[in-house]
Amino acid sequence: MPVHLILFLLTCLSMTVALFFVFIFAPAEATMGEIQRIFYFHVASAWTAFLAFFIVFCCSIAYLAKKRRFWDFISLSAAETGVLFMTFVLITGPLWAKPVWNTYWSWDARLTTSLILWLIYIVYLMIRKYTEDRQQGARFAAVFGIVAFIQVPIVYMSIRWWRTLHPAPVLGNVEGGGMETNMIITLLVSVLAFTMLFLNLLFMRYRIAQVEAQLFYLRENAE
Amino acid sequence: MADIRHIIHLVSKDLLIELRSKEILLSMIIFSLTIILIFNFTYDIGIQAVQRHTPGLLWVAFIFAGTLGLNRSFMREYENGRMEGLLLCPVSRGSIYIAKLVGNVIFMMIIEMVSLPVMVVLLNLDIIKFIPMLFLLLVLGNIGFASVGTLFSAISLHTRSRELMLPIMLFPVTIPVILAAVKSTAFLLNAKPLAEIMPWVRILIGFDLIFTTLCSFLYKYVVED
Amino acid sequence: MIIVDKIEKYFGSQRVLRNLSFKISKGEHVSLLGSNGAGKTTLVKILATLLKPSNGSASIAGFDLLEKADKIRSCIGVVSHQSYLYQDLNAVENLRFYGKMFDVAKLDQRIDDVLQSVNLFHRRFDMVRIYSRGMLQRLLLARALLHRPPVLLLDEPLTGLDVSSRDMFNQFIENLKTHKVTLLSASHDIEHAIHQSDRVLILKDGSLVLDKLSLHITSQELKENLR
Repeated sequence: MPVHLILFLLTCLSMTVALFFVFIFAPAEATMGEIQRIFYFHVASAWTAFLAFFIVFCCSIAYLAKKRRFWDFISLSAAETGVLFMTFVLITGPLWAKPVWNTYWSWDARLTTSLILWLIYIVYLMIRKYTEDRQQGARFAAVFGIVAFIQVPIVYMSIRWWRTLHPAPVLGNVEGGGMETNMIITLLVSVLAFTMLFLNLLFMRYRIAQVEAQLFYLRENAE
Repeated sequence: MADIRHIIHLVSKDLLIELRSKEILLSMIIFSLTIILIFNFTYDIGIQAVQRHTPGLLWVAFIFAGTLGLNRSFMREYENGRMEGLLLCPVSRGSIYIAKLVGNVIFMMIIEMVSLPVMVVLLNLDIIKFIPMLFLLLVLGNIGFASVGTLFSAISLHTRSRELMLPIMLFPVTIPVILAAVKSTAFLLNAKPLAEIMPWVRILIGFDLIFTTLCSFLYKYVVED
Repeated sequence: MIIVDKIEKYFGSQRVLRNLSFKISKGEHVSLLGSNGAGKTTLVKILATLLKPSNGSASIAGFDLLEKADKIRSCIGVVSHQSYLYQDLNAVENLRFYGKMFDVAKLDQRIDDVLQSVNLFHRRFDMVRIYSRGMLQRLLLARALLHRPPVLLLDEPLTGLDVSSRDMFNQFIENLKTHKVTLLSASHDIEHAIHQSDRVLILKDGSLVLDKLSLHITSQELKENLR
């Protein structure tokens, strides 16, 4: 069986299992109630987006070192998929926050960093799009991908300090701490399912990039 | 050693040209003053409130004007293919980057030295006793902003949208610098103790060190095939 | 002096140079001919270390193109149709800047010498902004020769020059022969290229289709390969 089919079937399977865990297995949260179940999708997409951006970082280094097209295709695919998942994070975040905190948005470190990351990787995709020469675009994107990723922890830290020094309303600590065992299990299953989904999308996008390059080659040589 | 000598000559060449044309500095200064003016209108507030917003206002003006300068400084090299002439020299690419960075920081310092006194008068600020520390913050902030900015301006010049690309690449990535610069300036002007300012100064120094090193290394991948 | 071994260059999936190999010995003057888009400029840029070959290797003055790019940069002079000069600096300042970059010894004396040799000494304190095209091209030549490079690479240096400037430029190149300077010159001007150089290379669609001493070239060969 080809790899992409196995990947696809595994994704379907793990997604189904995850749905079962999220809606049936996991208990409703004591104070937030049913709405808290969005948390499993929210955190899982956030994890996936970070994974994607980390892959962009690693493949950018590999591309600059080796100048092999493969690395460029993977970083492009990971960046696009990462932006998709980060969009999902930014949609589920406010949806969850409104009923619970009675506000769509709070400028806390995690949320703000997510927004900044989303912006940064959209710019990453723009650099590729707006550079005429494909190889040059790949080099530029790789350089940008490295700089962008290295500043992620610094952004996170500085925003956190910025908030803590200006005491913000306490919004309640959701992650870690007082979570029930069943919730943790559900979260892990959900993260696994989203990772599978991500790998699946990454692989599909990579194939598209390959086909695009072939098409480009054929067109150019047909003239 | 040879690198340092090359950097000095590269920087003095840029300064000499700017001294003759005054094109970059003049537009940067006017721009930063215009921003102050616009802020004053859009906020339409008394002196009291302006003082509260001063640190943010100062840095917005400096950073926007700085972006203008960043865009121009490499543009000058690319007109008439001069960059090619520069790349033909047996000079390390890192030195070319550092020289441009130093030039950009000097430009930013100059506009700040000119527009600060004007702001002091217009906004009725009281900064005399903070000058040494403020100078330090400006230097650190400028280096952090220009370190990434110099690298990115070399990239943005080759994109289809040119100058448009630089701010959208640069601003999200330099948020830590902007945050730290504004925060530390605010604490300084509000006469907060040094212990509260230092964490932000440390962020600035850390950012400067990391990104100057990283970008001077990455620069060769931007200009070379 | 220049050894090119199986060089290929791709731009994306497009192959601009195909399996090029040739040698140029010390003091030889070689012309590189070919129609537009044949790959002349790309080849010159690769030898000038501005582009990297996709495959193959090359060396200049015994230095490998990829590993010792810095060493190669100090032993080549390049003149193209691009102006590398700064408009707001005068001729001396421009040359002084580049001279410092190349670590030229006794720079001031050397600048006076090259300016005299390209006949620009009397205009040395004029801003480059007001130079005519011909003067600019001579100043570029002075810039390229400032660090006494044993190899000179020219890429269509005569584009946009009037006849008298052309003659002056060519006369100067002719004189370089006595100094044993190796020369590779990409050009459009077939007649002149054959007349002035020892050997001619012709590129067609990125391949080397002719490599012959100028004396032995027939007009039939030229017609076939240049179209």
